[in-house]
Amino acid sequence: MINLDHYLKTPVSEDDIRKLKAGDLVYISGTIITARDEAHLKALELHEEGKKPPVSFSGRGVFHCGPIMRKDSEGKWEVVAAGPTTSARMEIFQDNFIEVFKPAIIIGKGGMGERTSQACQKFGCVYGAFTGGAALLAARGIKEVEDVFWLDELGMPECLWVYKVENFGPMIVTIDTHGANLTADVGVKVNKNRDRIMEEMRK
Amino acid sequence: MNNIEKIVEDTAVELLRISATELPVEYIEEMDRLMNGMSGAVGKAQMKNILEDADIARDGSKPMCQDTGIVAFMVKVGDEFPLRSNLKEILVEATKKATTDVPLRPNAVDMFKGNTRNNVGLNGYVPIIYWDLVPGDKLEIITMPKGGGSTNVAAHRMLKPGLGITGVKQFVVEAVAKAGSLGCPPYFIGVGVGGGEDLCMKLAKNALLKPFKVHSSKPEVAAIEEELYEKLNELGIGAMGLGEGPSVLDVHVEMAARHPASLPVGIVISCWALRHAKATIGSDGSVDIDTSA
Repeated sequence: MINLDHYLKTPVSEDDIRKLKAGDLVYISGTIITARDEAHLKALELHEEGKKPPVSFSGRGVFHCGPIMRKDSEGKWEVVAAGPTTSARMEIFQDNFIEVFKPAIIIGKGGMGERTSQACQKFGCVYGAFTGGAALLAARGIKEVEDVFWLDELGMPECLWVYKVENFGPMIVTIDTHGANLTADVGVKVNKNRDRIMEEMRK
Repeated sequence: MNNIEKIVEDTAVELLRISATELPVEYIEEMDRLMNGMSGAVGKAQMKNILEDADIARDGSKPMCQDTGIVAFMVKVGDEFPLRSNLKEILVEATKKATTDVPLRPNAVDMFKGNTRNNVGLNGYVPIIYWDLVPGDKLEIITMPKGGGSTNVAAHRMLKPGLGITGVKQFVVEAVAKAGSLGCPPYFIGVGVGGGEDLCMKLAKNALLKPFKVHSSKPEVAAIEEELYEKLNELGIGAMGLGEGPSVLDVHVEMAARHPASLPVGIVISCWALRHAKATIGSDGSVDIDTSA
């Protein structure tokens, strides 16, 4: 199922994103920004009001992650642990977010649904699955904390952390721009197996 | 603060550190064994990442997962142990201290005022403390950091008693299939049956802490555990829900008597990172830490 390794630099062009296929492995260098439930909501609310969020997501990675951060002895932020959170929670507004802010890649775990897949196809975005829980592997690819926004208001797990990353990955592309959705495909098989097993138990 | 209070606080902080950073070796060995026996590059890569992450965590004493959960303590207080109700205050202080020292992610959210920033919050409910009174002069504390991802896929249902054991097993299959890729599989499954609408959930959580791969001493319960282990792996969820490798690492069922009209079933699911550590503190201040699975 693994196809090709891709090393991408942000900003990633829509052409390069459309070249990716489900099953490809992706590494990113450049800028990724953490955003979970609250940050998605707030960014979209600002857009509704005709305002802009404090950082651009365009051509960059949006990382579904609520990291553990601390300040080092010089008062600089450092990453302790930063693995992906369950992306399915963001399904309710991810399509809107992709349309408005044009990120190149959504990074998370557990996969996303049909709405996100549609938006990826239409606006040129992919979903990259990072191994859930592997927070220290992820942290290894983060070279610097460039900025942080909304920390006071949303708190450490929910605010926007802007990370400078180098070969951050590997992520497996599970949703591409061509309509593939690997996790959803597995889900269909799981449900078939479930029905068979439950039927066998009835006997 | 007297000496024994200080020992309890320091031990609780240490338990929170150990449980967040050191995955029991039995789990690691089992995942390693399964990884080596599987085919499928995508699933294998997930297992490899998990094992490497757990290694870095242990070596660097850093949390293996950024989600260190809502802090919870399971406490057994011996009749002769010198501390009583002030234990709560000590455990709350330990929680605050571990949040900055380990560090743990601040995970206690006030719906109106936002994150409390110290993992403590609201009306004395968090950290969660489960109390039990036992004979003897010792204090036992278990910490169990559990992330939101796998916590969100817990399931609860009040079944019709007529559905019986078959209904219970079917509900577990249904719930784990629904959890699918969402809670970081391969999973550990705890099932609680009976007791009432709340106790079945507590039994399910306790079931996760039963010794790894040791089935119930009751043959009829052990048979259910074995059957569920086999059937849940047949679901084909796979590591991280990508369809390759193990779906479930272990299944435990804990049972209580039920009301004649009720068949309550609770299902608590843990991600691959089933983190826990136990300490037994003597009245003399001796501390024995147990990190086995």
